[in-house]
Order: sequence, then structure tokens, then C-alpha cells
Amino acid sequence: MKKISLSSIFSQLLLLFFVIIWIIPTFGLFISSLRDKDLLAISGWWTSLTTTEINEIYRMPGMEAQIEEDGYFKIKGTLFEENSGKKIESFGINSKKINEFKVGDIAIFKDESEVILDENGNYEWRSKSEFQKKKGKRLFTTSLSPPSFTFENYREVLFKEGIGRAFINTMAVALPSTLIPLIICSFFAYSLTWMKFYGRDTLLAIIIASLVVPLQMSLIPILTIYNDFGALFGVAAKSYPGVWMAHTGFGLASTTFLLRNFLKSLPNEMMEAAKVDGASHYDIFLRIIIPLSIPAFASIFILQFLWCWNDLLVGLVFLDQVPSEIILTAKLKELLGSRGENWEILTTGAFVSMTVPLFIFFALQRYFIRGLVAGSVKG
Amino acid sequence: MTILNLLFIVFLGILFFVTYFHISNLALDAYGGKSVRRYNFENSIRVIIFIAPAFIVLFIFILYPVFETVRLSFYDKFGREFVGLYNYKWAIGDPEFRRSILNNFVWLLVVPTLSTFFGLVIAKLADNIWWGSIAKSIIFMPMAISFVGAGVIWKFIYEYRGPGDTQIGLLNAIIVSFGYEPQAWVTIPFWNNFFLMAIMIWIQTGLALVIFSAALRSIPKEMLEAARIDGASELKIFFSIIIPYLEQTILVIWTLITIIVLRIFDIIFAMTNGEWQTGVLANLMYDWMFRGGGDSGRGSVLAIVIMIGVIPILAWNLYKHRQEQKI
Repeated sequence: MKKISLSSIFSQLLLLFFVIIWIIPTFGLFISSLRDKDLLAISGWWTSLTTTEINEIYRMPGMEAQIEEDGYFKIKGTLFEENSGKKIESFGINSKKINEFKVGDIAIFKDESEVILDENGNYEWRSKSEFQKKKGKRLFTTSLSPPSFTFENYREVLFKEGIGRAFINTMAVALPSTLIPLIICSFFAYSLTWMKFYGRDTLLAIIIASLVVPLQMSLIPILTIYNDFGALFGVAAKSYPGVWMAHTGFGLASTTFLLRNFLKSLPNEMMEAAKVDGASHYDIFLRIIIPLSIPAFASIFILQFLWCWNDLLVGLVFLDQVPSEIILTAKLKELLGSRGENWEILTTGAFVSMTVPLFIFFALQRYFIRGLVAGSVKG
Repeated sequence: MTILNLLFIVFLGILFFVTYFHISNLALDAYGGKSVRRYNFENSIRVIIFIAPAFIVLFIFILYPVFETVRLSFYDKFGREFVGLYNYKWAIGDPEFRRSILNNFVWLLVVPTLSTFFGLVIAKLADNIWWGSIAKSIIFMPMAISFVGAGVIWKFIYEYRGPGDTQIGLLNAIIVSFGYEPQAWVTIPFWNNFFLMAIMIWIQTGLALVIFSAALRSIPKEMLEAARIDGASELKIFFSIIIPYLEQTILVIWTLITIIVLRIFDIIFAMTNGEWQTGVLANLMYDWMFRGGGDSGRGSVLAIVIMIGVIPILAWNLYKHRQEQKI
């Protein structure tokens, strides 16, 4: 049996404290994205987790709605929308005494008409004489509202705000921007590890140096090249292939570095044996290297994919900010400016942009961590 | 561009590279290997086929731009006329530039240090606890999110409403419940930098955490046991054994986060766009790429200043690489 010491309790509490601090921001965003947009604007998200008391004023309809029944003139109706889940606690007929009556009580107005109310908000207002006024009386209710959530915000941002299209655009940027470097760097890393040629060590040193070169060093010259290229051939300077190649360029050093570190760990004898059997480098690459490298590919794929998915700067500089090209992060930034007060759009949009990274995170965490630990350094 | 078109060019783009490697290699396989001369020829062509795409990309996107940026920093805003040190002199005299350098410096002091510290502490706390891996997962999670997404998350936390209104931002709600006035956090000069840094620490602690977790497992159990038998407290063990043992790892993580922080752009761009004196070099550079039609001279100078920050790390990495090659 392990002793439960004071210090162990203390350290567990401390860890719990860190965990709570770390999870709360994301949790709050998620809850907010599921809330009704009107409530979101007037109350903190933490209030939506418990049953809350709401005070509301409702005006009953006037004379046109009345029916005659059992010798009374009656106006019937309901206060709440269907399935609102609200339960009436108390109500009043005077703005100064809004909690005067309990559910089931009969409230009597000055003109001797009476109103009864059940807890679901169905009311019956009756009078011996005919109702004469066009406007009905007011009811003041205090009701308990259970936590209620809606996917309405998601429908709105995905289809009306253009987040849905931005999601597809981001996928169209991130997938090739991950696969292309993976393809060309695996050949590159292979030749740096297993082929002998003049200048190999210099090339390797260049890769090591490129790992930490900030991408800001490349932005201006590449933008110039793209503009010149566009003008020369009469095509748009900013395009998807342009972004893919930019991401490939910026991810090339780290992808090559990680792959080479992995390839170096493979036994040399295997390659030699294959060569003796008459296999060419390409045979070795296809039949031996690729099958063995699947776990390494997975780690690198995840790192580069997340990097491209989450990138803002490259997408901002090398793509036009139009609906058919804008990526999620740029779209979110745009919404922060134009819809800064519409938290239902911002929170939901942010959560949509996080779905793919979070899925990868939870489903493939092992590979993600392995890649990071293998020494992810990214320029 | 319709979605179908998009799908098509994505497919085409990837197919292009696969085809290049496959066709060229198969052609070479069919030709070579029949005599010694052909065999040697085959090998040298093979190297070219394997290396060419990566090298061309490396050249266009990294090597050439580095030299071109240095050249442009001595030229006017269109990159046409040589202006000597004019752009550098402008930078030194520019209040925005000085503000950015100062902010960058504060970021570099605070974020790597605190992220590394929290990462190490949490890794130690979560070690050997049954729910430790869940805790680590949760703290690691922000690593997967974009900086802009994190910006939205935290902007919501810092949200400000007037003193009489219901606060929907968590931080102000807490402050108000203790009876203080709500604050517009991101607009308070100087201190707002720290509210932005909190976001980065929130993200990067996860990186430090996973690397430390792996490193902690490499500490020999006997050493810790021996210290415990000698009556050392857990705190004493942490400071006198674990920290010295992990010195290398701490250095690696610290430099890793330093490199990331040097280029920090997204968080500030999304949260304040450099207003309220929160600008950093990368934001100022982005600004000058487009301000007044773009000024490639000034932009280049700013990029070079960022580059100067990583040069010590670059030199250190190359030195370590050399040492490894010798072994």
C-alpha cells in the first residue's frame, strides 16, 4: 500500500488547479457556441450550465381572442414556445409585485376578471362579462430555465457566414501542403542518408541552418517572384498551387530533418543486402523504406498538417482574401474585425476551425507527441 | 472556383509529384545497370532525380530569399535604387520600431521562461499519478489549436462591458464579483502585453510538458530512491537532482519556444493588430509589406532584425551538428 501523504495530496490539488485553468477557456468557448445567441450576449456562459431564474413580462391578447365557454368569456394561450423547458415558479399581475402568486393560484384583476396559470406557461384568462379592450393585461412571470443548447449557431456560421467554404478551402490548402513535402522530402532524406554524392554534407548543414530561419526572411522576395510570375504569364499571382509550394518550402527543412533522423536509425545491412540482390535505389525506396517509415510518416504528416491548417501568415500573404480562397484562420480574423460583438458567430467559427485539429489530437495523439519529441524545430 | 474544380486541382497537384518520381525512376531502371559505365551513370542521375525537386524548392523558398532580403534592405521601397544604410537609420529612429523591439524582448524574456517552468512543474506533478495522463492531455491540447482560434478563446475571456452591465467575459466577471471595476484588459498599455503573452504560455506549456514527460522517465530510478532514503524532501529532489539532470532538455525547450516567440505574429494580429502599443517585429514587418503600397526596404530590415535573433541558435545548432558528424 502506498501512503497517502500530505505532499501527495497537495501536489494533486496543484495539478488539478492547473488542469482547470487550462481547460476553462476552451470549455467556455464550446459551451458558448451551443447557446442561444440572445442569451449569449447578455449573460456569462457559466450561467447556462445550471438552472437559472428568468423574469419575463408577457402581454396577453385582447378581445379578439376571446371565446365563450361554460358561461365565461375566456382567452387562452401559452407563454412559452414549445419545448422551451421553462417552468413557472411564481407570477404577478402588477409590476410592483411580480411574485405575488404561485402556480395554481387564481389572480384577480381590478375589473374582476381572473387568470390561472399552470407551470408550463398555459394560461386561462376569464371573465363573466365580455372583454372590451383591444390590448390584453400584462403577466409578470418568474420561471426556472434548465440548461438548453442549440445547433442554430453552427447552421448560421457554416452556411451564411462563409465558414463552411473557408473550411473546404483550408482543407484544399493543408492536404497538398502536407503531402507534397512528404513526397519530395522522403526522396531527399533518403539520398542524404543512403546515397553518396559530392556536397552531401554541405546540403545537410544547409538543412540544419534552414530549420531556424524565420519565414519572414522569405516573404518579400517570394511575393515578388509570384507577382512577376503572374504578370509574365497573365495568371493570378495568388493561387492554391502557390500556397502549396510556399508551405512546402517552409516545411521542407523540418520534414527532411525529421525523416533523415528516422532513416538513419534503420540498419544499413538491409540496404546492402537488397543492393546485392540487384535492387535499384528506387526499388529499395518503394519496397523497404516506405513500409518501414509509415509511423514516421504519420508523425510528420500530423505536424505539418496541423501547421498548415493553423497557419495564418502564409494564407494571408499568398492567397486572395475572397470567399473562394480565404482560409479559416483569415476568415476568423476578418470576423473578429467585422462581427466583433457577435460572439455566437466568433465562438462557433473558432470551434469549427478547431474541429479538425482536435480530432487529430484525440485520435492520433501518440503520433503527434512522437513527432514533437523527435525534435520538431520549424523555421 | 467551385468546390469540384478545387478538388480536381488538389488531386492534380499531388499526382504531379508522384508521377514525376515514378516515371523518371522507372525510365532509369529500364536503362541502367547493364554495364559498369551505365551503372555509374545510373547512380549519378538517380541522385539528381531524388534531390532535384527538394533542392529547387529549398533554393527558391529559403536560400535565394535570404540573400535577396539582405540585398533589398539596402534598396529603396521598390527595390530599385541603392540607398545604403537609409532603411536601417529609419528603423533606429522609428518609435514604432523601438516599441516593437522592446515588446519582442519582453516576450522573449517571459514566454519561454514561464512555459518551460510550467511545463516542467506540471510534468513532475503528473508523473506517477493515476490521472496524470488525462491531465497532461488537457494541458497539451492547446498545442493543436491555431493561434487565431486561441485568440478568439481568450478575447472572449477578456471581453469588457461597461461597469453597470452584466460581464460576459470570465475575467471581468470574477473581478466584478470581488467588487472591483471591470477593465478593458487588452487596451491597458504595457500590461496588455502580458495578457497576450498569457495566451502564448497557455499554448506552449503543452510543448514543454510532453518533452519533459519523456525526459523525466529517463532519470535513473535508483538515483531518486537513494535520495529519498537519505531523507531528501520531494522539493529538494526536484531542485537538486531533477533540474540539474534535465539541464540539456530545459535548454532545448527554451530555445525551441524562443524561436517560435521571435516570429510571433498571429496572436497580436488577431487580438489587437498592434494597437495599444502591443506591436512586435513580425507585425510591423507585415504592416510594411503592404503599407503605402508596400516598402520592401523597410520590410526587409525588419525581417533581418528577426533573423539576427535566431543567428546564435543557428550557430549553436550547426556546431552541435558538426560534433555529431565527427563521432
